[in-house]
Amino acid sequence: MPDAPMLEVDAVSRVFDVSRPWLQRVLAREERLSLRAVDEVSFAIDRGATLSLVGESGCGKSTVARLVVGLFPPTSGSIRFEGQSLSAARAQPALRRRMNMIFQDPYASLNPRWRVRDIVAEPLRAFGLLSGRDAIGDRVGELLRQVGLAPADGEKFPHEFSGGQRQRISIARALSSEPEFLVCDEPTSALDVSVQAQILNLMKDLQQRLGLTYLFISHNLAVVRHMSDQLGVMYLGRIVESGPAEEIFSAPLHPYTRMLLAAIPDLDMVGGRTPVAGEVPSPIDPPPGCPFHPRCPLANARCRVERPGYTPTGDVLVACHAVEEGRTSP
Amino acid sequence: MRGAARALARFADSDFVYSFSRSPIAILSLLVVAVCILAAALAPLIAPHDPFNLASLNLMDSFRPPLLAADGEWTYPLGTDDQGRDVLSGIMFGMRISLLVGVASIVFASVVGVAIGLVAGYAGGTVDAVLMRVADIQLTFPAILIALLVDGVVRAALPKDMHEALGIYVIILAIGIARWPQFARTVRGSTLVERNRDYVMAARVIGLSRARIMATHILPNVLGPVLVIATLTLGLAILDEATLSFLGVGLPVTQPSLGTLIRIGNDFLFSGEWWVTIFPGVALVLMVLSINLLGDWLRDALNPRLR
Repeated sequence: MPDAPMLEVDAVSRVFDVSRPWLQRVLAREERLSLRAVDEVSFAIDRGATLSLVGESGCGKSTVARLVVGLFPPTSGSIRFEGQSLSAARAQPALRRRMNMIFQDPYASLNPRWRVRDIVAEPLRAFGLLSGRDAIGDRVGELLRQVGLAPADGEKFPHEFSGGQRQRISIARALSSEPEFLVCDEPTSALDVSVQAQILNLMKDLQQRLGLTYLFISHNLAVVRHMSDQLGVMYLGRIVESGPAEEIFSAPLHPYTRMLLAAIPDLDMVGGRTPVAGEVPSPIDPPPGCPFHPRCPLANARCRVERPGYTPTGDVLVACHAVEEGRTSP
Repeated sequence: MRGAARALARFADSDFVYSFSRSPIAILSLLVVAVCILAAALAPLIAPHDPFNLASLNLMDSFRPPLLAADGEWTYPLGTDDQGRDVLSGIMFGMRISLLVGVASIVFASVVGVAIGLVAGYAGGTVDAVLMRVADIQLTFPAILIALLVDGVVRAALPKDMHEALGIYVIILAIGIARWPQFARTVRGSTLVERNRDYVMAARVIGLSRARIMATHILPNVLGPVLVIATLTLGLAILDEATLSFLGVGLPVTQPSLGTLIRIGNDFLFSGEWWVTIFPGVALVLMVLSINLLGDWLRDALNPRLR
């Protein structure tokens, strides 16, 4: 099946228990508290493509990344990698070898006590892909060269490198088991702007050369525009708008997407921008109806009580009553 | 070989050595500790007399005064005890036992404590709660009481004719069990911080087992404080052993430690033969004080915030 998507995420939810410890809860006569970090999220990524998830802090995009790589299981819904369920894949190293993850903070994602060559070689050893010091050493040198570092850098410790170089090491490590699918959780947001572009170009270049598929998590729309084929806009654990990235960037439909895009700094913009208004409500106690209605300029009585379903508009799916009813101005 | 030489050169050039060379207290303490270790390790070779060789003892030599007293002589620089045994040689052999028991019990306590702390911190939940409550309960009792209890229970369980042969292992076990909670609590605290770091997540993503993540990723990152606690607790463990021996429940009389010497000498303190108990006491105080000062310095030297 060449046309089947590489990764399918189907109505996945994840609820976290954020109650206080049992004794304190009983003494204060409190109920259990739960946080719905991800709420019925669905998307699919084709082989060789990049899907980006964007949203403000706390909208659940990093949780989606962690669910996809199996760091914790979904509360409901299913994640399939090339048609195989990922919940079964926890026990399948063969499936796990084919995906890896790049983390946000290159200062925390490399073990400070390990030499770079051991960090990069860890997936090789974990999956038993190569054996023998020389074979592993050669492969590590090759990987370091691939990300623009020197093979001799393998002897050093992570603290001897800058942030951008560390992120290159993370990428070399992520690539060492020759995965086809990479989850990138804000891979550039901890880096200087000048270095961000280098890392993004390296990632694009590697994608073309190795045919990688990316799930790209970011809050930076400029970065996302540079990287993505498909886009999903998340708000309070839900995807509110998804579809081809260019279409959404040129004609955003959901009021939240419009608000985010209007906030991108832009050279030929002279005043007249809508500021991003209000704050994200607590996901522990989400508003009824459409979760965005307290901040939405188009909200009416229906939005406050009824949760919007997805309305297909061209290739784009939007969860908004105003779009469905045609109340938006073009 | 060249790699080792380079590592040595880098070590000699490090902040750690520089900070050591600038601390007279640390240098003096290390010197005292080194002398104690050498005297203890080489006791059978360099001690002037052999206190265990009954044939060499002469009751006529009992209670010879030390050099400090007016009529002291060089044959017995620190005097002799009631059996005519040389006090200096006794101290050297006693230090051997004291250091051996101290180091062995701290190694035991740190291995147990680090393992429990790692598991509690990484597993969390009920496992963590149970292990840490056990540690908390134990910390409400003085360590010496726990050691007395363990010592008593193990002795009661063992047949009497094995007490002498196994005495040293029993006391190492007793002190080790009394001292593990501090290691466990410190390691648990560091583990709680480390287990949420991204590098642990990265290891989980590629499907490493919990045991492997704990051993290869978390353990190297939580060991720093363990070295400091081990040094500081070593002094306490030596004192634990001396206290138990002083109370007469520690080692058998055939293996006299510094505590045993102090207890025996204590009987003659008021009849004028003060040297039999004072010199082993001074040796114990000097040794424990130096180890503690060294531990204090180590704690400051390894703490980046105090630099």
